[in-house]
Formats: sequence, C-alpha cells, structure tokens
Amino acid sequence: MGEPFIHLAGVRKAYRTRGDALLAISEATFDVEAGELVSLVGPSGCGKTTLLKILAGLHPIDSGEVRIGSPAQPFDPSRDIGMVFQQPLLLKWRRVIDNVLLPAEILGLPMTQSRARARDLLALVGLKGKEELYPYELSGGMQQRAAIARALIHDPKLILMDEPFGALDALTREKMNLELLRIWEEAKKTILFVTHGITEAVFLGTRVIVLTAGPARMADNFRVELPHPRTLEMKTSEAFGEYTRRIYRLLGME
Amino acid sequence: MAGHPLALQRYALAVLSHIGLIVAWHLFVKLGDVPKFVMPSPYETVRALLVPNYRWAENIAVTGTEIFAGYILAVVFGIGAALLFSWFRWLEMAVMPLLVSLNMIPKVALGPLIIVWFKYGIGPNALMAFAICFFPIVLTTARGLREVEPDLLDLVHTLKGSRWQLFTKIQLPGALPYVFSGMKVAAILAVAGAIVGEFLGSDRGLGYLMLQVQVTLDTAAMFMAVILITLIGVVLYGIVLALERMLVPRDARIA
Repeated sequence: MGEPFIHLAGVRKAYRTRGDALLAISEATFDVEAGELVSLVGPSGCGKTTLLKILAGLHPIDSGEVRIGSPAQPFDPSRDIGMVFQQPLLLKWRRVIDNVLLPAEILGLPMTQSRARARDLLALVGLKGKEELYPYELSGGMQQRAAIARALIHDPKLILMDEPFGALDALTREKMNLELLRIWEEAKKTILFVTHGITEAVFLGTRVIVLTAGPARMADNFRVELPHPRTLEMKTSEAFGEYTRRIYRLLGME
Repeated sequence: MAGHPLALQRYALAVLSHIGLIVAWHLFVKLGDVPKFVMPSPYETVRALLVPNYRWAENIAVTGTEIFAGYILAVVFGIGAALLFSWFRWLEMAVMPLLVSLNMIPKVALGPLIIVWFKYGIGPNALMAFAICFFPIVLTTARGLREVEPDLLDLVHTLKGSRWQLFTKIQLPGALPYVFSGMKVAAILAVAGAIVGEFLGSDRGLGYLMLQVQVTLDTAAMFMAVILITLIGVVLYGIVLALERMLVPRDARIA
C-alpha cells in the first residue's frame, strides 16, 4: 500500500474574534485511504465542519500539513471535490436536472455528456422521472438526494458531506443512510461524512474519527469491522453496541 | 385535474365581485336619486367618452407615456444602481445610506421644484413617476443581490468558479424575486407619480383633464378619467406580473 489518499498531520486552526483566538482544531492527524467512507463525529463546536472546509480548500490552516492525492491517485482540488451540506441548497429557479448540472457548468464540462450523466446519477439516487420537476415539488429527502447527485456530476474523487441528513426526520434519515451506502458502493468514492449522530457515524463508516469540543481535539480514530453491505439489523448487534459505547464514553455521556 | 374547477370558481367569484360593485354603484345613484354632478351613474360615466372635446385618446397616450417612461427609467436605473452596489462594496457603503435618507423625502413635495427646473410637460411628469418608483426598485434589488447562501458560495469556491459565474448563475437569478417584488410596488407608485405631476403643472393628460372638467362640474368625465388612469396602472401591473410568471418559478416568488 502506497501513500494514503488524504494525509493530515498536526493540523491546527484558530479563528480570531476581537483579539481572542478561538481554537477550532488543536491537533488533527489522520489518514484516509481511497474508497473509504470516514465518519467524523462529535458535538457542536468540535471543529468538524472546519475540518471539512480545510479539506475543501476553503480555509487556510495555521500549522500542520494537509495533503490530498498521491502519485497513484492524482487530485485536482477544483475538479475532485463534491460537497453536500445540511440543507440541500438547490436553486429554486432551476429544474432538478439543471441543479445537478450546476458544477458541470461552472467547470465548463461538455454539456451533452454531462446531461446524460446527470440522468444516470438521478436514477442512481432514486430520482428517475423527477428530472424536470422544480425543487419545491420534491420532499426534503428527495431534495437531498438531488444534492448528492449534484456532488457527483463532475465525477470527483472526494465527497465532503456536512451533516447531510441532519435536517431530515428520523425515518427518512435511516432510509437515506442505506441509500448513501448503496451509492457509495456503486460510485466508489472516498467520502468524509460529518455528523453528530453516533449511531449514524458507526453505521455508515468504514472508520470513525471522534472529535471532542472545548478545547477542540481529536479523541479517537478506529476502524469499524462490520461487514458490507450493512443492514439495519446490525444496529442491534453486540459489536455495533461496542462501537457506539466507545464513542459515548469519549464524549463523556456515559 | 382536481384543482382546475376550483381555480375557475375563484376567477368567477372575482369577476362577480367586480360586477357587483358596478351594480351597487348603479343602484345607489338611481335609488338614492343622487345628482349627476355629485355622482354619475356607470352609464353616464361611460357616456363621457363621447365628448370629443375631451380628446380621450390623446390624453390616455400622454399619461400612459409619462407612466411607462418614468417606470422603465426607474427599472433600468434602479437595477443598474443595485448591480453596481453588489460589484463595488465601497460604493454601496457610501451611497446606500444616502439613498435611504433621500427615500425619506416625500417625492410629491419635489413637484414644484421639478416645474421650476424643467418647466412642465411629459418629460417632467415622467421624472416625477421615476422619482417615486426608483427607490423601491433599487432597495429591493440590492437586498436580493446580497442574499446569497454562504454554503452556495463555498460550493462555487470549491469548484474555483469565477465571480461572473457566481453572479450569473446564482446571485442574479436568486435576486429576481426581489426585483419583481420591488417592481410591483413601483408599478402602483408610478401611476400616482405621473398624475400628481399633471395636477401640479401640465397642459395635457388625464390628470390635466380632471382639473379642466372639475371647473365645469362634469363629474362623469372625472370618474371616467380615474377609471382610465386605473386601467393604465392595471396594464402596467399585468405586464410586470406576466414577466414574473415567465422568469420566476412559482415557489421562488415573493408576494
């Protein structure tokens, strides 16, 4: 095994507000292999969103090292990142398919091929036949599926997801978890998934990174040795319980 | 379609209430034996159109020109100014507070000044309409251009999108509902602006005609003039609504 796809070492980031430095991340060190689905879990204010934005190249870091890509996995920051946010953030004035095409337009990709790809992706996320609808005609869960298709349109290597199912009701959320796993297996992407849902983190992740707040720091980083494809029954298994207890303990909730 | 008969019913009711008002007006005048110079009946009002001296067509054209010219100018300059504000932050910081202050001036109070500076006629009255509808357009458009979801900005930034792409694909279409909300308010104001201009000084137009027939107590002609002024406003408002329907999908519209 060569170099990891993502390598973070001693990453530190502080925000300055009125002279005070607020430490968003004190020391983050971890690697992610290509094709992994890594959950970043922690309470509000633990710096998990900041970490995603650093990886997206939106925030500079104060010290440490961030490297994405390797000779075996070349990485172009403008073309190889797909983002999904807590809100679907679809453009109200565009039809679903034109929303999915937005990144392709910005990158100047050939439109005929992209349009065909957008249709395939909408089918992949379960929105076949909804291409010509407007966002308001979709439910919250369906809007988030469209947002996932939008993140995949330019075929990026890395998908960054910031609590994408946080605004959905509990049942839709469970369904979307299963959907995401299916999409991840079919699309073969590396995914970093930020959440404050502990069961969600374990259920989705091939690995879980636990962050704690006050001061923000990395508390744990472990592999989840549950077989794929994951099923909802696994949530009641002893092994699953072990993993969630391990996180609850770290977050001082046990 | 289940919703269709309901929509039809709604239109029918709206038409009925308008007809109802005219019928009530008619009955009020007839049963109350109201003198014609106080309130003419609907029939007498329409008959006023037959007086050739009143030159209805020309007066409609004059007032219509004032309203539309002032309004279109306000749309062009209002949206243009708001765009400049969104491109040059310092300009917005300098000029926006000034505009907010100037907006406090009752534009109608400028009428006598406009006459001093520009004499009277179609141009100055269009200017009056412009002055009164410029502010709502520039203020709402500027606000619409400012309202961009921060996460959408991030999305464009990760793709190394240009400022122009951000503007054309997200900022401008996102601002359109605000633009139309300002334009709808302004459409109503434009009519008032032009008529006040004609009241203050003019030699043509429906507002001018109203002052003329006021002297001879031809109330029916005054009623007709008010109705025609209203209809010009309805046409302008209708055009704006139709444009909005074409350009802004239902969910994005602001009432």
